[in-house]
Amino acid sequence: MVDVKHVSKGYNKKNVINDVSVKIAKGKITSFIGPNGAGKSTLLSMISRLIAKDEGEIYIDGMDLTRCKNNDLAKKISILKQSNNINVRLTVKELVSFGRFPYSQGRLTKEDRQFVNEAIRYMELEEFEDRYIDQLSGGQRQRAYIAMVIAQDTEYVLLDEPLNNLDMKHSVQIMKTLRKLTDELGKTVVIVIHDINFASCYSDYIVAMKDGRVIKEGTTDEIITPSVLNQVYDMNFKIEEIDREKICVFYS
Amino acid sequence: MSNKNKLVVLAVVSLLLAGAFIFIDLGNNWDYALPRRLKKVYAIILTGGVIAYATIIFQTITNNRILTPSIIGLDSLYLLIQTFLIFVFGSMSFTIANENINFLISVGLMVVFAGLLYKLLFRGNGQNIYFLLLVGIIFGTFFRSITEFMQVLIDPNEFMVVQDRMFASFNNVKTDLLVIATIAVILVTLYSLRFIKYLDVLSLGKDQAVNLGIDYDYVVKRLLIVIAIFVSISTALVGPITFLGLLVVNVAYQFLNTYKHSYLIIGSVFISIIALIGGQLIVERVFTFNTTLSVIVNFIGGVYFIYLLLKESK
Ligand SMILES: Nc1ncnc2c1ncn2[C@@H]1O[C@H](COP(=O)(O)OP(=O)(O)OP(=O)(O)O)[C@@H](O)[C@H]1O
Ligand SMILES: [Mg+2]
Repeated sequence: MVDVKHVSKGYNKKNVINDVSVKIAKGKITSFIGPNGAGKSTLLSMISRLIAKDEGEIYIDGMDLTRCKNNDLAKKISILKQSNNINVRLTVKELVSFGRFPYSQGRLTKEDRQFVNEAIRYMELEEFEDRYIDQLSGGQRQRAYIAMVIAQDTEYVLLDEPLNNLDMKHSVQIMKTLRKLTDELGKTVVIVIHDINFASCYSDYIVAMKDGRVIKEGTTDEIITPSVLNQVYDMNFKIEEIDREKICVFYS
Repeated sequence: MSNKNKLVVLAVVSLLLAGAFIFIDLGNNWDYALPRRLKKVYAIILTGGVIAYATIIFQTITNNRILTPSIIGLDSLYLLIQTFLIFVFGSMSFTIANENINFLISVGLMVVFAGLLYKLLFRGNGQNIYFLLLVGIIFGTFFRSITEFMQVLIDPNEFMVVQDRMFASFNNVKTDLLVIATIAVILVTLYSLRFIKYLDVLSLGKDQAVNLGIDYDYVVKRLLIVIAIFVSISTALVGPITFLGLLVVNVAYQFLNTYKHSYLIIGSVFISIIALIGGQLIVERVFTFNTTLSVIVNFIGGVYFIYLLLKESK
């Protein structure tokens, strides 16, 4: 379990995260939703120690984040940021292999190679595996980055807008993969997602953020309601049930 | 050609050039010329290697392929120290005349400066490496201004000594320094080996490095100190010549076409040696000592730098 306790973070004396406390359940998919600038990425970056928090504590499986060894954490929690740019020219396979660094420190074992190939297969990247990532389309590149995180094989997987640049088919495929990671391999997946219907169909819990605070959290059924979503996004939602999934209509 | 073979080719070319440098026109001057030439070649290999190594690490932690470590002001600090010592104590004082003491003073102060700079910057969190570069540039300019100020006031005869130290040259390598420099280089290199495996990951940028479990601040701080020591050593040995690093590291990237530092470091060390020995051969055989190596390096480096900028902007 990830336990975020009274965490705050400010830039230039202005708080962008305000006393946030939230618990992320193990073995589930938790989606963070909220308008642009709500603080979702900032919170995710703090949980994955990419940026330091100003106040509060974060515990992962009962251990204080700031006390953990970096390399141990890298085997426990991984993050894919909202935007990635790498200055180095790498092939897909080389990029995905970097996911094994916490285990192999750069010298891949046979087992590492297996993980790498598996991850590439999961993301259907076999035909691109020897291509340089700057020669891929945006969506293919996004899949390569996700494959790298999968190869890292951590208990907690944090993905900031993983569906960026993806077409419908691959969005569905990635959400299904994430479901598989949680249901079959027992991993805990945390995503930031703007497509509210993907959040509705695939997540177990949803955390709604706005203006640096958590304004609502709960099971998917509790959050995907017109009143909650109206409050989060300041616009009107209609919710229809199709094939027993709640689908939000908000295009007018 | 595989990268291993490319490294072999570079090694062979380096060896051939070194051989040419040592034996061309040696005649029967063995007693006098041979030891001198050997020392010169050794100094070239030491400086070339150290500059290449420092530059590649620096570019990797800054994630920028058109920077050299001189940007944080170490070259300028070296000139300031030399000018200051001559200005205050005179060129005949032991601080200038005794090369070993001069070396220790220069390297010591440069490392202290680098340490202070990093301490200042890493104390508060959230400061990034670009801020360090900015502060370094400002200090560099500041040091240069004081240096020029003192040079205006200095006795013209003393100024000749200062000027001598302003340009890198292998024509008068301070061979007295070779022993102490070698010891320092070996120790620091051994120390830095433990961080080499992190370099590939560091080249992906800070966020990926942290995500993959690297203690970023710890590693970067230590690598920056390693760089400071290397730059100081090479500068104290032959003068400011870190521009060379930009040249050879980029050639290495182009030639080897890999992200792996195990190849890049060895490759750029050899390319650096080739560039320096080749350049020195041109200085001695073509220009018959009418120019210095740093003029040639800066000329070629400058042209290459412009080429890089034009290519990057495309
Ligand atoms: N480095 C920074 N310096 C100053 N302000 C920042 C910085 N990073 C983020 N912010 C501010 O913090 C707030 C939260 O940003 P964050 O990236 O967490 O939003 P988000 O919820 O992920 O938004 P989006 O949906 O657009 O990705 C924003 O108002 C942003 O402008
Ligand atoms: Mg975001």
